[in-house]
Amino acid sequence: MSSTKDQIREEVTIRFAGDSGDGMQLTGSLFTNTTALFGNDLRTLPDFPAEIRAPQGTVPGVSAFQLQFGSHEILTPGDECDVLVAMNSAALKANLSLLKKGGTVIANTAGFDKKNLSLAKYLDGENPLEDGSLDDYELIKLDVNKLVKEALADSELGFKDKERSKNMFVLGLLYWMYNRPMDPTINFLNAKFGKKNPQIADGNIKVLKAGYFYGETVEIFSSRITVKQAELPPGTYRNITGNEALVLGLVAAARKSNLPLFFGSYPITPASDVLHGLAQHKKFGVTTFQAEDEIAAVTSAIGASFGGSIGVTSSSGPGIALKGEAIGLAVMLELPLVVLNIQRAGPSTGMPTKTEQADLMQAVYGRNGESPLVVLAPKSPADCFEMAFEAVRLSLEHMIPVMFLSDGYIANGSEPWKFPLSGDLADIKVNFEKPRLNGDENPFLPYDRDKRLVRKWAIPGTQGIEHRVGGLEKEDKTGNVSYDPDNHQLMTNIRRDKRDNIADNIPEQPINQGNERGEVLVVGWGGTFGSIRTVVHQLRLEGIDVSHAHLRYINPFPKNFGEILKNFDQVIVPEINDGQLVRLIRSEFMIPAKPVNKVKGRPFGVSELKEAILETINEKITS
Amino acid sequence: MAVETLIDEFVKEYEADLDNLPDYSGKDFASDQDVRWCPGCGDYTILKQVQNAMPELGLAKKDIVFISGIGCSSRFPYYMDTFGMHSIHGRAPAIATGLKVARPDLSVWIITGDGDSLSIGANHFTQLLRRNVNVNLLLFNNQIYGLTKGQYSPASPSGSVTKSSPFGSVDHPFNPLALSLGADGTFVARAMDRDPKHLKEMILRSHKHNGASMLEIYQNCIVFNDGAFGLFTDKKTRPQESIYLEQGQPLVFGANQDKGVRLNGLMPEVVELGDSITKDDLWIHDEKDSTKAHLLSRFFEHPENGEGLQFPRPFGVLFASDRPSYDDMAIAQVEHAKHSGEANLDTLLQGKDTWVVK
Repeated sequence: MSSTKDQIREEVTIRFAGDSGDGMQLTGSLFTNTTALFGNDLRTLPDFPAEIRAPQGTVPGVSAFQLQFGSHEILTPGDECDVLVAMNSAALKANLSLLKKGGTVIANTAGFDKKNLSLAKYLDGENPLEDGSLDDYELIKLDVNKLVKEALADSELGFKDKERSKNMFVLGLLYWMYNRPMDPTINFLNAKFGKKNPQIADGNIKVLKAGYFYGETVEIFSSRITVKQAELPPGTYRNITGNEALVLGLVAAARKSNLPLFFGSYPITPASDVLHGLAQHKKFGVTTFQAEDEIAAVTSAIGASFGGSIGVTSSSGPGIALKGEAIGLAVMLELPLVVLNIQRAGPSTGMPTKTEQADLMQAVYGRNGESPLVVLAPKSPADCFEMAFEAVRLSLEHMIPVMFLSDGYIANGSEPWKFPLSGDLADIKVNFEKPRLNGDENPFLPYDRDKRLVRKWAIPGTQGIEHRVGGLEKEDKTGNVSYDPDNHQLMTNIRRDKRDNIADNIPEQPINQGNERGEVLVVGWGGTFGSIRTVVHQLRLEGIDVSHAHLRYINPFPKNFGEILKNFDQVIVPEINDGQLVRLIRSEFMIPAKPVNKVKGRPFGVSELKEAILETINEKITS
Repeated sequence: MAVETLIDEFVKEYEADLDNLPDYSGKDFASDQDVRWCPGCGDYTILKQVQNAMPELGLAKKDIVFISGIGCSSRFPYYMDTFGMHSIHGRAPAIATGLKVARPDLSVWIITGDGDSLSIGANHFTQLLRRNVNVNLLLFNNQIYGLTKGQYSPASPSGSVTKSSPFGSVDHPFNPLALSLGADGTFVARAMDRDPKHLKEMILRSHKHNGASMLEIYQNCIVFNDGAFGLFTDKKTRPQESIYLEQGQPLVFGANQDKGVRLNGLMPEVVELGDSITKDDLWIHDEKDSTKAHLLSRFFEHPENGEGLQFPRPFGVLFASDRPSYDDMAIAQVEHAKHSGEANLDTLLQGKDTWVVK
């Protein structure tokens, strides 16, 4: 019946692009879930405009979702895509450069009428679907609007609801193309609309199936593609985004410390999903407070922490700048506080929906005075779980603010996660200072410390230890206000040493890939893990002596990090900024570490990063 | 089973025995720190009256917390032998909100000034009032920046000549009580340092109110703004210039209680009491009436009525109304959630869709 060939591929990258109102993020997420359930490894990259609805049909209004999935380890959403879905002219214009030569364009011709072409600023009379400019690609043209209309001819849905379901047609088509089951999506639609609005559920399912059957019936594809299940370590998996994993990490840490969690936050892209997520978990003892501004968000968390809760606040770079003074207060008060920075492209308002790693210096140094705190950075979406848990643990165990540096790329991106059992997670021990009931015990000294220089958590409601804390310099032990010069030196040293001592309570730095010593070490942090790992893997296959170490604990550095650096002739530090970790490494370890930088609001592509690293290695050889 | 945290256990285990509290006196609430305000500062009286009021709250000392921002008044917590935090400029209301929501068992007091609350912290100040967080805010108003040595504040009258306004300030001042009522504050009152008995009474009233209590306290800054409230403290002018509000009582004032305020429609007017006008004709104070509270808060912005008589400045409770507090409602949501389903961490981690790799 069909002349379509079946093809087996190890990995595929698809990019869904359309107008902000076309539902591309949902289409991408549903394809992702189905693909995850099918058993592929995958990574995703949502790429959307800051405007909720930029003018329809224009290039600034284009929203895209990219995913790479495969039958082997997948660590990036893919540089270039194999398939580009273009729901309108603007989507094609904005994304064609990201399509591989010879790749497939699936174009909705309804989005290429005169009006749409003009909105996308194609010249009068120009139509890329007709003028041969796409000859290097496999072009599949279909009028999705018309096909949907026909599929729903009998439906009583209104025009708008019918129009809205066109993304399901494309999804169905791609399910056929990549041999994916429709059940997960059908279940999703029934769960979402089934009860309230069964007509919408039925309509969408009908259109989904129509898309699938269209692929089967009409011989438009030269091949149907199978991507086999990936060989992941055995276990039970789910798909998860960085912000979702972060929420779960916080809740898990709250349960494992048996403390209430207070979350003070002010909405900001791309951090708001953390607030939305935590607001749903009140039954775990989580209180969320949508504050009037960033400063109230962090200070309310400090107030809660003073009272014995885990105080957590979240934001992105601009909001973190506003919180700076209050974070300094928490450093002075020596109270637990977790500050989540989901970084975005800056400076100032910058590019809110685009990713960057340029707040590292802000995290380490960005407060007045000598104000040491802990800085952690997850390396991937799923790693946000473990590092969020670690942020809470270190903050509670060391009575110090912890900055958690995620970014838009890992916050919104997703990957399969082999989630832990709650029983496998370690308890976090918390000891509040005990009451002095008889009045004859030693007087309570709020700034007395243990060997690690950690002071007691002495919460209101505890008899006999009534005391005052504040932002003025503290006298050693008593915590009384002090302007004594030697005391200020002492307390500055103590706050620094207390932070540095945390190196004894974090894992040593592993070599993530490659030899323990050798010619080149690539050091990364945060969301660049996937690209660096992929590049180092490729370089090693080509016979280059290169290793990869990825920092998740940045301040303080792991104890053995300096030793690791000494074991290599050359250290290269790729970052999505203008050179920040590289400066920290240079100043801390006095080595000529070399930067590889990019600030385009996008993660490193594998090929560009490989090229840049090779270039940096060769500089050394030729110079 | 519903989640019970270490804090739940702590609060239960150490709940104060309110029937057998120690026999506190005001002195028990004084810390061992030397008080460092300028000699003659109005803050001393306020400190004394707060300390004197504490034993009458009927609470254990361990359950009382004072939180301040920055400014002369904000040194206050250091002098109280309770829990306390001297925080950062303007943010005490936000810190207090976090603490109160996390620990509803505590009695939380905010100490702030006109600079702290009406400029840098005006946002948090108004948000606290609209949310109606169950805390007590004492706003020390001296109409000047004292700690930074004498600049005009957002409460200084227009034309104030200060270090930063040598030709007179061109700022229009905030009216703190009108601002509080505008923010839908549920308890709005005024007292002054030079009337300690009334001040203590107002402190206790603030405590009794369930919701955010805003007590403005006129406080003399002897160094930078001495006599700013002289009209209300000087024995000669005080009777004509001030009026003490009492629930259900007519608005009477004057050296011989011979003047009153009458409402002519929505227009207040000052009248002389005599044969033709008696107390029965006067405005009867009703602290539940928000419209009247708004009029009271703006008395001094209309210094004269038709007959040329000056309006007295009102002291006492202008407004007190019942509205559920933010903390009660926020906590109720958490408690409801805790009791309406099992908090199973494994179910949460697992999510909805999983698959097994063998």
